[in-house]
Amino acid sequence: MKRTIALSINGKSHADEVEPRLLLIHYLREMASLTGPHIACETSTCGACTVMLDGKAVKSCTMFAVQADGRKILTIEGLATNGKLDPLQEAFWNEHGLQCGFCTPGMILTAKQLLNDNPNPTDEEIRKSIEGNLCRCTGYQHIVNAVKAAAAKAGA
Amino acid sequence: MATTTTKPETLFGKKIRRREDPRLLTGTATYLDDIKMPGMHHACVVRSPHAAARIKSLNVKPALARPGVTAVFTGADVKDLGPIPCGASLPGLRTPHHHILAQDRVYLVGHPVAVVVATDRYIAADAVDLIEVDYEVLPAVSDPEKALAPGAPAVHPQWPDNTAFTFHQEGGDITGAFAQADVVVKQRITSQRLIPTSMETRGVVADWHAGDKSLTLWSSTQIPHLLRTLLAGILGMPENHLRVITPEVGGGFGSKLNVYAEEALMAFVSMRIGKPVKWVESRRENFLCTIHGRGHVDYFELAARRDGTMLGLRLKLIQDLGAYHQLLTPAIPTLSVLMMPGLYKFKNISADIVGVFTNCTPTDAYRGAGRPEATHGIERMVDILAAELKMDPAELRRKNFVGKDEFPFQTATGLAYDSGNYVLPLDTALAEIDYPALRREQQQARASGKLMGIGLSTYGEICAIGPSPATPAGGWESATVKIEPSGKITVLTGASPHGQGEETTFAQIVADELGVDIDDVVVIHGDTAIVQYGIGTFGSRGTAIGGTALYYALQELKGKVKKFGAMLLECDDVALAGGKCVDERSGKSVPFAQVAAASYRAMKLPPNTQPGLVATYFWEPPNFTFPFGAHVVITDVDRETGQVSIRRYVAVDDCGKIINPLIVAGQVHGGVAQGLGQALWEQAVYDENGQLLSGELTDYALPRAHMMPWIESSHTETPSPVNPLGVKGVGEAGTIGCSPAVVNSVVDALSHLGVRHIDMPLTPEKVWKLIQGARA
Repeated sequence: MKRTIALSINGKSHADEVEPRLLLIHYLREMASLTGPHIACETSTCGACTVMLDGKAVKSCTMFAVQADGRKILTIEGLATNGKLDPLQEAFWNEHGLQCGFCTPGMILTAKQLLNDNPNPTDEEIRKSIEGNLCRCTGYQHIVNAVKAAAAKAGA
Repeated sequence: MATTTTKPETLFGKKIRRREDPRLLTGTATYLDDIKMPGMHHACVVRSPHAAARIKSLNVKPALARPGVTAVFTGADVKDLGPIPCGASLPGLRTPHHHILAQDRVYLVGHPVAVVVATDRYIAADAVDLIEVDYEVLPAVSDPEKALAPGAPAVHPQWPDNTAFTFHQEGGDITGAFAQADVVVKQRITSQRLIPTSMETRGVVADWHAGDKSLTLWSSTQIPHLLRTLLAGILGMPENHLRVITPEVGGGFGSKLNVYAEEALMAFVSMRIGKPVKWVESRRENFLCTIHGRGHVDYFELAARRDGTMLGLRLKLIQDLGAYHQLLTPAIPTLSVLMMPGLYKFKNISADIVGVFTNCTPTDAYRGAGRPEATHGIERMVDILAAELKMDPAELRRKNFVGKDEFPFQTATGLAYDSGNYVLPLDTALAEIDYPALRREQQQARASGKLMGIGLSTYGEICAIGPSPATPAGGWESATVKIEPSGKITVLTGASPHGQGEETTFAQIVADELGVDIDDVVVIHGDTAIVQYGIGTFGSRGTAIGGTALYYALQELKGKVKKFGAMLLECDDVALAGGKCVDERSGKSVPFAQVAAASYRAMKLPPNTQPGLVATYFWEPPNFTFPFGAHVVITDVDRETGQVSIRRYVAVDDCGKIINPLIVAGQVHGGVAQGLGQALWEQAVYDENGQLLSGELTDYALPRAHMMPWIESSHTETPSPVNPLGVKGVGEAGTIGCSPAVVNSVVDALSHLGVRHIDMPLTPEKVWKLIQGARA
């Protein structure tokens, strides 16, 4: 019944036996012992579980772990390099782009994809790109500021 | 702010980035669901699919037979525990016994019927479907006005009128006010039910230690100490055998200011199975089983003279309570009554509340808790009066404001407003948008068939809740501040922040008062075994009360530091500066680390001084604080679709002195987003059988990034005299100020079509129908 999957998470190889029905978010949290991706809706409406799969932001509550077999996953835990925060993490910090922090890992990874695709987005483009990620604390304004600041820094 | 330090730069008023952020930005914070323990089991709750039903039979055997299922518990197992407490007391209040699992009857969809415990959360979820419950479905009622009608189904059979309480409050001479009036305007105004929707749902981990009969319980809560006290009562356990820990909490907005069945249930389960157990609420459960907010039907009557002088306000308030009282359910509408007069000086009010049972989720404190409803009411009524008198709504407000020299101002509802200058934010906001030019533009827009509106809300709120006599459980807050033997500083606060940033704000206060580096300060909260008793975080009280307790603890500590410093420097008095005690006459100094070490080593003590550098202060506030402000919203309404777009949102808030402008801005933005959610999009919709139709995030319109306007936020600063920091609180301001400004703006856009009022949310359908009605 169980299947073996092998994948890379934040640059490290993992191999585990999983039930085919195991959601990727549960695999990451329960078996790979990560705490960055969060569960907040189970219906792919909120984006708190967002991770990057082969460089694309995906909602890990709407994928099975077996679908990640052989692929590369980046979670918020893998975003900083050698202890140095990613420019997006730094910008969220400077601009107060988070309050309770629960949506933050997903929000940052969605913004990461935006900046990969469009290094110099307008406010409107930022808002459209993060519309799949809910935040109940910030009203999004400081998040928009943070993404803009990160983009400006990368372009500088 | 008074300070004895000579540190050149203070942090009060500075944009300091938050000290809690690194763990949140890197995914390393520990929220409830991140807790793992050896042998930990997982629980899932079996819930009623019906709003009213009798449980005819319940068969748990198939679930118990499923491999991996450890136990199933039902109402019979827990019938002697409880009840879930209601902290509100009103004369004649009817309080249904609130068992932690249903006994023979269910009263709402989501009512917990049984709990399944398994070694794995997937198995527990599977086993829920194996529990066989035979229900006899009974008639239900979900609309509070229908529940009051004769012959309505009784939510609780012992109270066929569905009335939990009636409450009357009066101030001044309401009959005289209405007798003198030239004009009386009347309006039915609803504040729809909302679902608080913190991004992290609730969750509980319970761990029973049989050896010493003690229990550690982690809960995503805003009130760890109150939870411990009340849970000890529910479980019949000595309070000092119970430790409550609040891990990182992913938002609350009042919804975690409560004591819930699952907290008691998980404690019970862990005691029975002898293992740790975890329950994490699903979003569906969060929508059904965590409290809702608002749920008002209000009938207002405002009396005024022809010249616009407001004389008196009458209110009949129908509060949809839901099926049970949670911690503060019946108290919330009484807060609405307190806030009824808004910023206006009329002194005659009368309010009648009817608290109504429905077969719905209990309502309770959701961001603003009774005050948004009141503010929405008075601010709509002022606009309706302005339209009736053909007066400019800004002018009518100015005419009736409490004057800036009239503080403290005694209201007809028994409050003493602390300080204010109500004209200032209004005039600031109107200047910002160039109000006269916009009114001219509006005339031109109307001439060309366009719908454009300008809406004002000049709101007041009650914050820093609150003086103990006004609260069910004590309204003070506590702080301990310690200089450790190495000179580093630890703060233990009884507040329980969950996004408000008080680990930073409080560290700013410490750094300023002691003249130390902010990086030498750590703020700890949310563990009843570590932190002295505290009340918690809600009602915009964290900084105004918890920060003030810290301030006074610091004054005591400074006295002690100076005694040790003077002893070491062999002088009479020292100043504190740059992390040192300084003898200003000789210029000699000794660093805190050395003072601290000497105080703990205690080879020698100053006269009448205990060893160590610790001070604890429990601060009882003498009054609430009363922030205020003006929000101005410019809307454009699409004539063909009814779609409302916000062209500009200008918020000028006065929350007293500001310690960290970055954090205050965040609170305003988030508050406005929740107010805008109510004004335009959000509503908990029940069908007539008590089914929650907006029962998932897919069906509940939470504001998303592309829906939000840019919020132009600025402040006036009128210090509060209630506390030495001069702060008032800002957690709820945005929510309270927002919704009337938006609705006033849209009504203004449609007023020439004869529209006088629209109930929230202003969906395109509702607005389009009004436009069509006017055309017909």
